[in-house]
Amino acid sequence: MTGRDLLPPALLIGLLALVPWATSSNTMLNFLVTVLIVALAAQGWNLLGGFGGQFSFGHAAFFGTGAYATALLQIRGGVNAWIACLIGIAAGGVVGWVIGVLAFRARLRGSYFALVTLAFAEVLRILTNAADFTGGAAGLLLRLDVRPMNFQFASRAVFYWIALVCVAVVLLLTVMIERGRFGAQLAAVRENEEAARALGVDALAVKLRAITLSAAITAAAGCLYTQYFLYLDANIAYGSWISIEALLAAIVGGIGTVAGPVIGALTLHGLGELTKGFAGDITGVDLVLFGLLLVAAIGFAPLGIVGSLRRLRVVRLSGGAR
Amino acid sequence: MYSPEIVLEAVVNGLLTGAVYALVALGLTLVYGVLHIINFAHGALLTCAMFAVWGLATAFGIDPYLAIPPLVLVFFGMGYALQRFVIGPASHGDDNNMLLVTLGLSIAIENGLLAVFHSDTRGLEGDAAFQVVQLGPMLISRAKLIGFAGALLVAALLWLLLTTTDTGKAIRAVAREKLGARLVGIDVRHIYAVTFGLGCACLAVAACLLMPTYYVNPRVGNAFVLVAFTIVVLGGMGSVPGALLGGLFIGVVESMSGLFLGDSLGQLGIFVIFILVLLLRPTGMFGAKA
Repeated sequence: MTGRDLLPPALLIGLLALVPWATSSNTMLNFLVTVLIVALAAQGWNLLGGFGGQFSFGHAAFFGTGAYATALLQIRGGVNAWIACLIGIAAGGVVGWVIGVLAFRARLRGSYFALVTLAFAEVLRILTNAADFTGGAAGLLLRLDVRPMNFQFASRAVFYWIALVCVAVVLLLTVMIERGRFGAQLAAVRENEEAARALGVDALAVKLRAITLSAAITAAAGCLYTQYFLYLDANIAYGSWISIEALLAAIVGGIGTVAGPVIGALTLHGLGELTKGFAGDITGVDLVLFGLLLVAAIGFAPLGIVGSLRRLRVVRLSGGAR
Repeated sequence: MYSPEIVLEAVVNGLLTGAVYALVALGLTLVYGVLHIINFAHGALLTCAMFAVWGLATAFGIDPYLAIPPLVLVFFGMGYALQRFVIGPASHGDDNNMLLVTLGLSIAIENGLLAVFHSDTRGLEGDAAFQVVQLGPMLISRAKLIGFAGALLVAALLWLLLTTTDTGKAIRAVAREKLGARLVGIDVRHIYAVTFGLGCACLAVAACLLMPTYYVNPRVGNAFVLVAFTIVVLGGMGSVPGALLGGLFIGVVESMSGLFLGDSLGQLGIFVIFILVLLLRPTGMFGAKA
């Protein structure tokens, strides 16, 4: 790992860390916390989809598990919020591992893998929506008790920094994975599974590790969501919106790049707010833009924002040849 | 616990609904068989077609069944253009990209409809939904019977088109062996687009058959498309008879699990079958070995 690998992500995090000093606007901080939660979920998606080449359409299964575990442990079990979050992250990882074992053992890839992940997320959504234990369709409301012990803060800035630390930790983890042995194995499995296996890579184990980690990261986003909004229901936690946003942010930002998901989440939500500013607050307008951006990104910039910038730099460094 | 009449009626109703599901699944399986991708925009396009039927009926008083010919033409053209000029060029021939492009389209279409029509649920005026036919001891909705017959008819027509016409032969050739098809002079991009157009045409018919007894809102397609995915996987991706039988089967499963488990858990039966089939036998009952 060299300084050059770490510099751009560190700059990005440093800049974002300064925001609460530049503005105390609640709207702005609310917006950025949402962006960071989506970015974290997208970082999880990117580990499996970007580095591992397995496109999940159901990361809501992990986000929701993190969110529900955090809320249920506190409400039904009286567990401390911080500990509940840690267990929530672990629970997300376990769900990821289970889905991974089932799907990868059955050798599902491509469209089939996308479909089965989508189906698991839907099953969890229907179950939580119907069960009394999870609050049913009415959802769960966490008791407002603003104390740091409870992972609840009077100042939005503090929560913002905590979310930022989570994103930063995952950025660092991603750089380490990308540079390490595990990253090389993941890339090998993504590019050609048969060839990777022939070289002695245990493809199943590599994919299982990737989906477990990926799920745990996305579950962490769910835990943050619960603690920030203190409310959730099945359509929020297990809804398709988060599966789609995680995938979109990673792809628009730069699939399989370290900083892509964060840049993607910022860009998407920034553009989303702008569109709402121009078109008025019509439900769905921002998502129309997201959908078109996904098509455009794949059509014109399959490497996303980060990948395209990198290519520009390479072309310029090589004297702008061709 | 349940009298035989109630169970029988649930089975018949399931079969009737299942036929329309099969029609939606037919379009999906056709596209999968030839392009080897799952068209995630299928549900959004169905919603589009249902809004078109609703619009024609509400604004001009056009009967949903009379709307079939023009809508089939329009949706065929739309599907052709989408594949030829958007999905094909944007995905650079990569399967994963195609999957994502159709997902992007579905998000854009669904939310475009949401922005225009809001999330209100709309239905057709009139009493078509309440007209019933006596069938032995049962009272069956007339519109559902028409839907059943219409869906089977379209499936038969599609089968004829695929087996007897030159275009059908070309479609089957591309599905079997893309490179070989190109070598004998078949324009693969054209056949891709024709197939996608046919898939959309199936949706137009399905929308016309559904609207008399159903409602439309911008998200309604999702419910159908998840069912259609299940049917396609169950019947074997790319198999026309598989889609038909799978549709009828899933219709019955849905109506039975609705009867025994209640409405909120009724959908669960479908997803459980879906996951089990994917995990245990992803080629389905009729699909060729992958």
